[in-house]
Amino acid sequence: MTAYFILLFWTFFKIGLFGFGGGYAMISMIQGEVVTHHHWMTMGQFTDIVAVSQMTPGPIGINSATYVGYTALTNAGYAPIWGVLGSLISTFAVVLPSFILMIVISRFLMAYRHHRSVEQVFSWLRPAVVGLLAAAALCLMTPENFSTPRDNPWQFWVSVLIFLFAFVSTKVYRLSPIRAIIICAIVGIVLM
Amino acid sequence: MWTLFSTFLHIGLFTIGGGYAMIPLIEAKIVDEHRWMSREELLDLIAVAQSCPGIFAVNIGIFVGYKLNGKRGALVTTLGTVLPSFVIILSIALLFQQFRDNAIVERAFRGIRPAVVALIAAPVFRMAQMAKINRFNVWIPIVATLAIWLLGVSPILVILVAGIGGYAYGQFKEEDK
Repeated sequence: MTAYFILLFWTFFKIGLFGFGGGYAMISMIQGEVVTHHHWMTMGQFTDIVAVSQMTPGPIGINSATYVGYTALTNAGYAPIWGVLGSLISTFAVVLPSFILMIVISRFLMAYRHHRSVEQVFSWLRPAVVGLLAAAALCLMTPENFSTPRDNPWQFWVSVLIFLFAFVSTKVYRLSPIRAIIICAIVGIVLM
Repeated sequence: MWTLFSTFLHIGLFTIGGGYAMIPLIEAKIVDEHRWMSREELLDLIAVAQSCPGIFAVNIGIFVGYKLNGKRGALVTTLGTVLPSFVIILSIALLFQQFRDNAIVERAFRGIRPAVVALIAAPVFRMAQMAKINRFNVWIPIVATLAIWLLGVSPILVILVAGIGGYAYGQFKEEDK
């Protein structure tokens, strides 16, 4: 179990250290590490965690780190109390780099924010973050989340419609994400 | 110290989803209510916190706490920002364990999952605008997306390579001049 905790700590420390570009970009990293690399949970479970993290108060990065830490341990068959310890470790690990960086380099960054080297680093890093976000969305388009036209055509086409509704309503009509999720939950209960 | 803690507890509790929506709240609390720093100072802080890795709300909290009360201040604001998430998420996780196999919950999440994918896809174009994507650098997000999605490359590696690549390319161009 100790090995689990160390791995969990190291994983979230890395995510905190390289988590540029806000919560959604961080989701891409958590997904890459936790689902693709370590197989601590399925893509469907991960999507549920993102959903809950979006709907509940608190920054999405902290919410998902806490929830993933808990789920990784309980999925491995440990009692909920170890899950709580897991979430404590993942949350601590994800904020630790911020803590160190902010205190050590904040003054440096304040002064050199417009320095050429810093701007050069960000000239490719910012566009790459956009790619992270697009990849996060594409990686989540799995049979587990949408079903497939062959397995369950009804669920598949309703899922596609829900996707389009959520996309258009939040992007074009500025519906709040929480309301969009609640509406889609009701649609799910009624239709699927 | 207590005000510092409760202020960031409040900020942690009322941030929902992405961190940028809470900038007005932070501004109101820190500049207008407590007068801990000037508006210009805070805007500078926000700009730096945005270009630092990590969770935006936590970064701001550490900055403000450190400035006002040193390392202990930073610790207090971090705890304040993180605590609401921690308590709420753990309660839900413990509850959800019992309801996960409930048929209605299962159906609700079948509806929620595609919506979550859409919510992640929706800000891609706005982010692209903010990152000033043009025809000369549009290959960067495309390559990053394909590397992660099709080749299973770790997003952390993509960020590392992009940072180093941007720096190297910049230096190279400078030497050319």
